[in-house]
Amino acid sequence: MDKFEKLQGIAAPMPLVNIDTDMIIPKVFLKTIKRSGLGVNLFDEMRYDRQGNELPEFVLNKPQYRNTEILVAGDNFGCGSSREHAPWAIKDFGIKCVISTSFADIFFNNCFKNGILPIVLPQEQVDMLMTDAEKGENARMTVDLEAQEITTSDGDVIAFEVDAFKKHCLLNGLDDIGLTLEKSASIDAFEAKAGQERPWV
Amino acid sequence: MSPKTLYDKIWDAHVAHEAEDGTSLLYIDRHLVHEVTSPQAFEGLRMAGRKVHAPDKTIAVPDHNVPTTPGRENPEQMTEDSRIQVAALDKNAKEFGIHYYPVSDIRQGIVHIVGPEQGWTLPGMTVVCGDSHTATHGAFGALAHGIGTSEVEHVLATQTLIQKKSKNMKVEITGKLKPGVTAKDITLAVIGETGTAGGTGYVIEYCGEAIRDLSMEGRMTVCNMAIEGGARAGLIAPDENTFEYVKGRPHAPKGAQWEAALNWWKTLYTDEDAHFDKVVTLKGEDIQPVVTWGTSPEDVLPITAVVPSPEDFEGGKVEAAARALEYMGLTPGQKLTDIEVDTVFIGSCTNGRIEDLRAVADVVKGKKIKEGMRAMIVPGSGLVRMQAEEEGLAEIFKEAGFEWRLAGCSMCLAMNPDQLSEGERCAATSNRNFEGRQGYKGRTHLVSPAMAAAAALTGKLTDVRELM
Repeated sequence: MDKFEKLQGIAAPMPLVNIDTDMIIPKVFLKTIKRSGLGVNLFDEMRYDRQGNELPEFVLNKPQYRNTEILVAGDNFGCGSSREHAPWAIKDFGIKCVISTSFADIFFNNCFKNGILPIVLPQEQVDMLMTDAEKGENARMTVDLEAQEITTSDGDVIAFEVDAFKKHCLLNGLDDIGLTLEKSASIDAFEAKAGQERPWV
Repeated sequence: MSPKTLYDKIWDAHVAHEAEDGTSLLYIDRHLVHEVTSPQAFEGLRMAGRKVHAPDKTIAVPDHNVPTTPGRENPEQMTEDSRIQVAALDKNAKEFGIHYYPVSDIRQGIVHIVGPEQGWTLPGMTVVCGDSHTATHGAFGALAHGIGTSEVEHVLATQTLIQKKSKNMKVEITGKLKPGVTAKDITLAVIGETGTAGGTGYVIEYCGEAIRDLSMEGRMTVCNMAIEGGARAGLIAPDENTFEYVKGRPHAPKGAQWEAALNWWKTLYTDEDAHFDKVVTLKGEDIQPVVTWGTSPEDVLPITAVVPSPEDFEGGKVEAAARALEYMGLTPGQKLTDIEVDTVFIGSCTNGRIEDLRAVADVVKGKKIKEGMRAMIVPGSGLVRMQAEEEGLAEIFKEAGFEWRLAGCSMCLAMNPDQLSEGERCAATSNRNFEGRQGYKGRTHLVSPAMAAAAALTGKLTDVRELM
């Protein structure tokens, strides 16, 4: 997995609440058997008309947001389906950090598995970052995972919380399966014990 | 020992390893797999030279892409990419030696209907699937939640999931339901109350007399939509209804093992005075047949209400409501019962079980659907379809003018050829009314099976109580 350490980049505002994973990546693109190549279809139905032409009013189609790396989003981002195609599409587009007041659980977890940092902040701070993001390409935010700090284009600093284990994995680009397999003895012991207690499973 | 919730008990029984910060390896008893969220996971195993850790606890079935029309064995019925995805599951199931129900098998169906039907889902288990509606299995008192594809690969390789414990939330539905009100109305009413993020970070336990009174099918409907309220999992404590449903199923324990299992299952309830971090209580008698008007499952109103206005909301929801009204083509103040529909979809992991089909038959028996209406009934599994035919339900549906389909996810998410066209409006028994969910620019109103049946007859969203 790609490491996430420190990121300085353009932030785009998407204040709409309840942006679901069907919006992030519509089902027609779930028929792939690969993880890559979904960025072009990120937010497809909001981003293009039926003929595939870009809709100029959509935020990521505006010239100043074409190289967005940080998304500042409305509440409950990533709700709905468990499709990991959503974070795959986000990552493939080039976005590495999403900031909101809350995320749906499955999407939140899926982000960490793909080197994307989801950050939860109180409403006032998300509002402040949303305003900053609206400045376009002149507003380059900095997200420092090690220090757990976001610095706005005006130099304001906002601290954020992140689970220590998830932070460790992101900073070092660690593969979960490899880490778990180091604990194989515990899994084997559990299976032996559970097999005695609940043999019908 | 301090009192425990049902969730605490199942969690404690499955922790294979716990780190100091509470990050745990949760052992997984059943891993369900479908064709859409698994190909990349199997490919990951292959690349790393890994095997499936517990193939005997891993069950796969194609459901999302498969056509539901006769002759679907003919691959021409699928688009090229759908065909590739289903073929990939065929290949992976064989190569990795997991249980498999291919399209040609009578037992094939929606993964969340097949699991319980075959007795794979049992009380007290941990169940996962790369699908958010895995919450369905919570109806058995199993801790069941959806996972992403990386987690699918993790479970395939290790039979565990890296987890931190969620918080406990109690949703109590007291008293009795009024006639015409169903499990679907309960679960939608709860989401209307809590919002789609209200359950984020929680595991919900549903309880109370109205929940106890539900059949297993109804309980599955309630738990199925826990995810629409933001909760990864919903639970209902197992009871005699549960044991009766499970007994004799192909993969349920038998003989002495059944007795041993039953003894443990009977300990699976929330202790008196156990702590819940959040409690929501609704009176069963207050719940009415409901319908969604917008593009989020929280946009719920009783069928007797009118379309709301964006000014009725606060904060970010004002803009979202305005956008939803435009998308749905609705005007504030319009009566919900004046909304005309051209399509009715009955099926899905929410409402594709035998009891749902019986409820539809009760409403439409001896009647005809509205002229020009496109109405389809898609049973949740081949066995549900067979049972409905044996009970004479299929004849009732066909005589009324419904299309009687083969099993699959179908128009719930429209990955197969069953889709809405631009501007079409559907009364659907499925679980999501998101923009584009049932087809590009298609409009979805979520309802119970009885309400969907009523809409098919009248051509409008209809209060089913008026037809009873």
